[in-house]
Amino acid sequence: MSKANDVISPDSAAPEHDDHHDHHDHIPKGITRWLFTTNHKDIGTLYLWFAFIMFLVGGAMAMVIRAELFQPGLQIVEPDFFNQMTTVHGLIMVFGAVMPAFTGLANWLVPMMIGAPDMALPRMNNWSFWILPFAFLILLSSLFMEGGGPNFGWTFYAPLSTTYSGDSTALFVFSVHIMGISSIMGAINVIVTIFNMRAPGMTWMKMPLFVWTWLITAFLLIAVMPVLAGAVTMVLTDKFFGTSFFDAAGGGDPVMFQHIFWFFGHPEVYIMILPAFGIISHIVPTFSRKPLFGYASMVYATASIALLSFIVWAHHMFTTGMPLFAEMFFMFATMLISVPTGVKVFNWVATMWRGALTFEVPMLFALAFIVLFTIGGLSGLMLAITPVDFQYHDTYFVVAHFHYVLVTGAIFSIMAAVYYWLPKWTGKMFDITLAKWHFWCSLISVNVLFFPMHFVGLAGMPRRIPDYSLQFADFNQWISLGGFAFGLSQLIFLALLIKACRKQGEPVSDQVWEGAHGLEWEIPSPAPYHTFETPPVVK
Amino acid sequence: MATAQNNNSKLVIKLLAVVIGMFGFGFALVPLYDVFCDITGINGKTSNQAASYQSIEVDESREVTVEFITRTNTGMPWEFRAQTHRVKVHPGELNTVEFYVRNPLTKEVVAQAIPSVSPGQAALFLNKTECFCFNQQPLAGGDEASLPMQFYVDPQLPEDINYFTVQYTLYDVTARTNDLPQKENPFLTQQESSGK
Repeated sequence: MSKANDVISPDSAAPEHDDHHDHHDHIPKGITRWLFTTNHKDIGTLYLWFAFIMFLVGGAMAMVIRAELFQPGLQIVEPDFFNQMTTVHGLIMVFGAVMPAFTGLANWLVPMMIGAPDMALPRMNNWSFWILPFAFLILLSSLFMEGGGPNFGWTFYAPLSTTYSGDSTALFVFSVHIMGISSIMGAINVIVTIFNMRAPGMTWMKMPLFVWTWLITAFLLIAVMPVLAGAVTMVLTDKFFGTSFFDAAGGGDPVMFQHIFWFFGHPEVYIMILPAFGIISHIVPTFSRKPLFGYASMVYATASIALLSFIVWAHHMFTTGMPLFAEMFFMFATMLISVPTGVKVFNWVATMWRGALTFEVPMLFALAFIVLFTIGGLSGLMLAITPVDFQYHDTYFVVAHFHYVLVTGAIFSIMAAVYYWLPKWTGKMFDITLAKWHFWCSLISVNVLFFPMHFVGLAGMPRRIPDYSLQFADFNQWISLGGFAFGLSQLIFLALLIKACRKQGEPVSDQVWEGAHGLEWEIPSPAPYHTFETPPVVK
Repeated sequence: MATAQNNNSKLVIKLLAVVIGMFGFGFALVPLYDVFCDITGINGKTSNQAASYQSIEVDESREVTVEFITRTNTGMPWEFRAQTHRVKVHPGELNTVEFYVRNPLTKEVVAQAIPSVSPGQAALFLNKTECFCFNQQPLAGGDEASLPMQFYVDPQLPEDINYFTVQYTLYDVTARTNDLPQKENPFLTQQESSGK
């Protein structure tokens, strides 16, 4: 605690702004504000807008995919372009939409939740955002190269990415390197901020759950993003410099690629869901008007999920020909994850039990998250069963599973978070009518979009193929219609966000929501440009 | 202020060390994977060096079926087939099988055969005293050859394995003949021959 006191003395907080102490809400103007900003709120906003734009870009690619799959046969695009769409859609949604959105939320919220004036490393924060647009510019521009962009799936399995890929693979590798550097810098910043800048009295077990889940996520990021960087580097040297990491002719092994990739890949999927658990753990208590049930068990459950995520990677590879004992090990380790995850779901339900529930828009998204994420979790449990995975592997059942956990899981939680904290950021209540339209349209269309994928998957429709057998035609039309509707529904969100950023709407109180508790609800609405220059004391 | 920055930079240095360490770990996974597979034999790779055959007791009471299949990698135009598709052997008994290759091109091609045994555990008990896969095989345009492979099955072969498949995939390595990869290749290093 004395350490925290040292760290945030008022003079050390923002030395550049010493001369503005009387009216410290001086905000720089123009484009340079955004280019040179070191303010955690500005950078949070940049990250969130960037993520939203990438969400729309990746979504447009999903529309191409769904338009092609609306009918059997080749309708609109060439198979090679279709493959580029599935690949870049995946890369953009994972690295461009979900991860930057969570980083944006961390930038906005972590300092406000722990009573810090800013992130610990503000200048690095600026860099970690501003290299990101270039990464995606490189990735997207590769689509216009001769020979096309990456078409080997976002998992870039060797030898698809080493032997059979185009020259644009180099651009893909560099863009992934830049994304990785950005994520690692962001994660280091979050860890240092949380370790060193908590307000006096903010002990570990008093930290809000969003902060806890992000801290654990940040450790996962610094543990696995370097492994991804290693994997893409090996692909680069195999393809262009004659090494044989994954080439059997030179003594390598293509299956090893999958081991290295999924050693990164499985913790990565928890990177995309742990902050969501934190968000839901804020929203459910607020609108239940009860404290969160089982705070400590939530923290331990999050940490257990993070640790378990390192020993389950080969469940993505059951069909590669593993020995029985390895399949058994990875099957049971995977199933074990449902225990801490179940703890979380039951804790949320117990929080709502006998609470004074109201159903404001953030709560609607949170409830949809709990139900739909659980559906995705259960289909994940089905996929974990080795013998049946041989049937489900690489079918639309897998597509249904990971879209339930990522779209109705991660993305719904991000939307819930935006609706929950947006009034604090802008000082105005968002357009509730539009928000409810957005919610109900999204909820219905997302289920029309993804639920039938379970059925076509079980019936044997393979993923990543631009054509399909006739018996899947009806379901695919439903899926495509749901997809178009879900895509259009996000334009409602866009309209709402533009209105909110123009500061239209009813002014809100400091607390905004009746049941909201935490340091971020004690500062004025809208949150001033600089907050907690004098650290609050947490009791 | 100084303390705050000290605390921050200390932590940043530690975290950067983790990042660099994990980047190294990503590459360390390559030899780790090879060593792990060598010990357990789970990826079906056999040794690339000749085993010695001395005073092995033949287990006449047991019969194991060994099946041979061949493949050529994409872009490898050779004809390649096993002359014997299936052979029943007693563990410990020395056997020879022949593989036929023909280079239909007009230029010389250097080939490398990569073995893979399924189920993988059997790889540890397949001892080759002679194999065309130990070396790269050059063949002039239009030539054909019969390549021998001499092996015995270790009598220690687990009881539950009485049938296994050896697959050879032929790769065109003409382009990389200058950097003979095999000898330094940790992947194909000799395992301790278990049947001495």
